[in-house]
Amino acid sequence: MKRLIMRGETRKNFITYGIVIIAYVLLLVLSSTGMMSSALQGLLVPTCTYIIAALSLNLTVGVLGELSLGHAGFMSVGAFSGVTVSMALADVVPAPWARMVLAIVVGAVLAAAAGFVVGIPVLRLRGDYLAIVTLAFGEIIKTVVTNLYVGKDSSGLRLGFLDPNIGLGQGGMMIVNGPNGISGIKKLSTFTAGFLVIMLCLIIIFNMVNSRSGRAIMALRDNRIAAESVGINVTKYKLMAFVVSAAMAGAAGALYGLSQNTVTANKFDFNTSILILVFVVLGGLGNMRGSIIAATVLYILPETWLRQFSDYRMLLYAVVLIVTMLVTNTNKVRSVIDRLLPHKIKAREEEKEHV
Amino acid sequence: MSEFHFEKGKMVPVPSHSIIPERDLGKPPVLECNHLGIDFGGLRAVDDFNFTIGKTEIAGLIGPNGAGKTTVFNLLTKVYAPTRGTILLNGMDTSGKTTAQINKMGIARTFQNIRLFSNLSVEDNVKIGLHNAYKYSALEGVLRLPSYWKKEKAAHERAIELLSIFKMEYMADWQAGNLPYGAQRRLEIVRALATNPCLLLLDEPAAGMNPAETAELMENIVKIRDMFQIAVLLIEHDMKLVMGICEGICVLNFGQVIAKGTAEDIRQNPTVIEAYLGKRGADPC
Repeated sequence: MKRLIMRGETRKNFITYGIVIIAYVLLLVLSSTGMMSSALQGLLVPTCTYIIAALSLNLTVGVLGELSLGHAGFMSVGAFSGVTVSMALADVVPAPWARMVLAIVVGAVLAAAAGFVVGIPVLRLRGDYLAIVTLAFGEIIKTVVTNLYVGKDSSGLRLGFLDPNIGLGQGGMMIVNGPNGISGIKKLSTFTAGFLVIMLCLIIIFNMVNSRSGRAIMALRDNRIAAESVGINVTKYKLMAFVVSAAMAGAAGALYGLSQNTVTANKFDFNTSILILVFVVLGGLGNMRGSIIAATVLYILPETWLRQFSDYRMLLYAVVLIVTMLVTNTNKVRSVIDRLLPHKIKAREEEKEHV
Repeated sequence: MSEFHFEKGKMVPVPSHSIIPERDLGKPPVLECNHLGIDFGGLRAVDDFNFTIGKTEIAGLIGPNGAGKTTVFNLLTKVYAPTRGTILLNGMDTSGKTTAQINKMGIARTFQNIRLFSNLSVEDNVKIGLHNAYKYSALEGVLRLPSYWKKEKAAHERAIELLSIFKMEYMADWQAGNLPYGAQRRLEIVRALATNPCLLLLDEPAAGMNPAETAELMENIVKIRDMFQIAVLLIEHDMKLVMGICEGICVLNFGQVIAKGTAEDIRQNPTVIEAYLGKRGADPC
């Protein structure tokens, strides 16, 4: 038991929890004492949502080893379903925090359902089909939501597709208004909620990775044929990782939707999916702490001090991405990095002693 | 190099035109292949493969490169679905099963080109082999319920116990991909044993090993067979190993069985000598 607790991996995870908690407390103090500009305060919740999205995508890309190019699609599902629920239940559930929790749960569940539907045919196949299908999924969701009309009147929710005339009764309220999306959202999500969801996602990911299911998922990533040969059900574990990842992205979407005045389908497009992927790749595949740091830095910088360069953001990310891949895949550069990292030196010396 | 002496069982014929050790008579054979075959397009990669392995037999599958030996392994583990014939495992038909189900039924294997989970630790590799031995749900794992701690502790102890067969327990925390070549091959065997098989398939276990390592491997294969009371089927090019420990041997050439029998039978079989061991009269050892 003691050995399990003291393992290096577990210690690393607790450091990550610690970093997140310390950052939360610091930022909370800064913002409540008025030492933080209001522009920066407005970025806190969106930053949290991008961190959650990056963590969830890292579960798919880094831990499971499958490429998803439509993660914003799951955020979109979460955002629109979550915000719709929070607005539709405004009279029934008066407490704002309860409506927010409800929105996050509904967003996560519906995104998980979408992930299940997308994953079940694709994850049975060998090869990079998930990338192709999720790419299409992101675009499909965008088009569907652009043409979706949802309203509420005394008889309940009314749905319409392509046709804005959904026959709302007296006193009816339009919630999702096609290409205009949802407007007039009450900002329900708080920084504390964002922090709690980040912690929850971290706990789920870390505990899953260090358990039987997580090992099965990583076994599939490292060597699918060997994993099958030791009796691991490929579809079950691939689907498990992907659905959990989609659910987290849905929660991030709901949180994001409730932090904005308006959300439109175009917000969750291919560029957003790639942006999240850049966070994951630059933070390091399978490295959750890296994802958190990359998402924070790369989201805050272009929105604040580097605002004048924000038009070149995607161009710059592409260049950084290519350079990162070239550098980390060159043996010479890797051996130099290995030589500089203290824990790698220690591990090598330990191995030399025994061989 | 230390000489290794191994007492082989007396081989007796069984109705399926194969031989099994006398001690395994009366128990159902662990594996029985009947007219097994697979075609890749027009190529008959394996054809009419009949072979029976006794409950605790160490059997060998030999043949020149491209004879179809690894294809037989892939057929047995359902990486390929056979075109013809049946495979009976402990008397049970394996048709329609997936690779993972075959493993649960009792066949574990190693690979010619090593397939470890190279980014994970040595212990985790073995624990993945124990996937179906210590079961708990994903929810129990995420919530860290008492059953998680109990099963993880048991799996850890079992993993160390299995690693100690090859005296590898001190490597438990090393990354599997960084192990020396021989240790990687041994880890693959440990991982296969962790799945609690009744038949262990070893694909060229001695490839790349020096004579001393090979001799140690021979001892270990026999030790594993005696410890776990399982059958072993191995593909190997090292004739010293095959002739030294294999009780029943099957020789493949161009997908056809050209000879079956004990080491002595194979050594003297003119077809085998011609097809595989070189010119007539050469000493295979």
